[in-house]
Amino acid sequence: MQVALPIGKARHPAVAWTGIVLVAVALAALPFVLAGIGTAWVRITNLAILYCFLALGLNIVVGFAGLLDLGYIAFYGVGAYTYALLASPHFGLHLPFWVILPIGALIACIFGVLLGAPTLKLRGDYLAIVTLGFGEIVRIFLNNLSRPFNLTNGAQGIVLIDPFRIDGYVFGKSHTLGSLVFSPPINYYYFLLIVLVAVIALNFRLQDSRVGRAWEAIREDEIAARAMGINTRNMKLLAFAMGASFGGIAGGMFSAMQAFISPESFVLVESIMVLSMVVLGGMGNVFGVIVGALLLSFVPEILRYTVGPVQQSLFGRTLIDPEVIRMLLFGLALVLMMLFRPAGILPSAVRKRELEAGVAPGGVRTS
Amino acid sequence: MDTFLQQIVNGVTLGSVYAIVALGYTMVYGIIQLINFAHGEVVMFGAMVAYSVIVALVGAGTTLPPLAILALATLTAIPVCMIVGYLLERVAYRPLRRAPRLAPLITAIGLSIVLQNVALIIWTRNPLPYPQVITTVPYHLTSHPDGATITNVQVAIIALSLAMMGGLLLLVYRTKLGIAMRAVAQNPQVAGLMGIDINRVISFTFTIGAALAAVAGVMDASYYGIAHYQMGFLLGLKAFSAAVLGGIGNIAGAMLGGMLMGIIEALGAGYVGELTNLCALSSWFDAIAQRCTNDAHLELFGSNYQDVFAFVVLILVLVFRPSGLLGERVSDRA
Repeated sequence: MQVALPIGKARHPAVAWTGIVLVAVALAALPFVLAGIGTAWVRITNLAILYCFLALGLNIVVGFAGLLDLGYIAFYGVGAYTYALLASPHFGLHLPFWVILPIGALIACIFGVLLGAPTLKLRGDYLAIVTLGFGEIVRIFLNNLSRPFNLTNGAQGIVLIDPFRIDGYVFGKSHTLGSLVFSPPINYYYFLLIVLVAVIALNFRLQDSRVGRAWEAIREDEIAARAMGINTRNMKLLAFAMGASFGGIAGGMFSAMQAFISPESFVLVESIMVLSMVVLGGMGNVFGVIVGALLLSFVPEILRYTVGPVQQSLFGRTLIDPEVIRMLLFGLALVLMMLFRPAGILPSAVRKRELEAGVAPGGVRTS
Repeated sequence: MDTFLQQIVNGVTLGSVYAIVALGYTMVYGIIQLINFAHGEVVMFGAMVAYSVIVALVGAGTTLPPLAILALATLTAIPVCMIVGYLLERVAYRPLRRAPRLAPLITAIGLSIVLQNVALIIWTRNPLPYPQVITTVPYHLTSHPDGATITNVQVAIIALSLAMMGGLLLLVYRTKLGIAMRAVAQNPQVAGLMGIDINRVISFTFTIGAALAAVAGVMDASYYGIAHYQMGFLLGLKAFSAAVLGGIGNIAGAMLGGMLMGIIEALGAGYVGELTNLCALSSWFDAIAQRCTNDAHLELFGSNYQDVFAFVVLILVLVFRPSGLLGERVSDRA
């Protein structure tokens, strides 16, 4: 842990550990505080953590390896549908989650390689469009695979998906421990939090690993990377595969948490939202990405609860839907970030150098 | 055989619209190697502005002939779209011209979201039934009474597209501005040294593309009879795929790619059901044969997969011939 997190490098280990313990206690108490405001906020927090997973997974592809993927949500969808099909009355299968999540990760990983393999030669904007098309293809298939054999139940989606269950402890039911009530969202909160900590640690280790450095080299200059003996093809495929499996696992958890999924949850806007989180927070910086994910998850919800009433009191009616304002701010944030702070809120050191120098591989015409 | 002819007619109509939109992508790409992701939204704006004008004119009880109403609506949409196109370039792309490629792409996505939501605020989120000011008249192409037909709207769309393509070719190959555009496309630095105002030429390229997009928007909405704030997204993607198919950066390529894309899509949607009908395998599998006795349509894919074809074409082209049909090798520069 101390090696994995930068705060562990503080000169006084005792101070660092006190900080970690305080944060841990705060995070453990958080759901009960939120439940006091309203259970909805615990759910929102859970979704925010899921978005952290997604953003971290996409960060592997976009931030570490520099491959712009606009169809990332497809892997999330694949994971979610894998879980839903293997643990719901749809096919009458009810496998335990610790069996399905790895299967979901594996299938998403296969999809990642399927997408990666034909697009290896493409760079930048072309790759973005092809991945976007791939995402749309997956969504169209999810939407239409109800005929002639009912695989995905089409636009109606799949209902009554099993919740997680650990040895009789069903996540979908409330449990009481003394005076504490563990409602379903709170159960999931703790599960998600534990996985998130593990994923963050994994990301840090990955970044400093041989693979992580190879990705960075490819991102900076692919030809030079190849000249240094890096197998760029395998490394890029690995980035796609790892990013995709993160998405697959997140999808499985989403499925179990919501108990209902439909193709509506896996539209392009979601891909763009996850990409925005990565860009806004700072591509390639793990903490930056988390900040971006939390910001873009919570700010819209806060807007939802404030914009309506403010308009009511000003004009007597809701002129503009909060959802629209959310999307408008989204779009503007993307534009303004690129114009004024292209490296993100918490830029990674390398990215910052690259973006602010204004000269990047392929960025300037050489002809 | 008649289905075939009908699908070709539909495909060429659709293809003309794609070609006009694809020209916008390809001109911008040719000149500054940038995918103008928000181009589809300009098309949508064109359709929407024209919609408002038509509704206003019809609502005011105008006695103008239907063609004049449409012309007036289109002529209003064109300058509005030109302004949008100009602002896109000025605000989002010009400051980032020397930035890495990721940056303008992300601003383009951002602007595309902004434009969509502005349209949503102005024109609501409901699909708008496009006023059919021109009565559709079908003409028979064969002597058979149930045979393939072509409507006057389809004829108008195809003719107008061809006229605009001709006009664009004249502009690019016969005028001073056209020479300047081609010079900037070849080498902006040297073009600048020759006294060409690069920024002005790039602005012009964007506004011309936007004007074409406005007309395409009106054509698309009148053809389908519906306008929607999200209509530009898929249309834009398909047109971009068409531009890549023809060879991005190549004007003739965009026209060819657009037509081909329209025909591929129409034929694909028309025949995919038949081609993937599992009942053809009845003699091999008993289970299939049993299901086919009641209903002979056990189709793996139906026409609801229409939107997939453009993406499949895009991926195949980029994998096997990234330079497109008429283009030079460009995939490495992307």
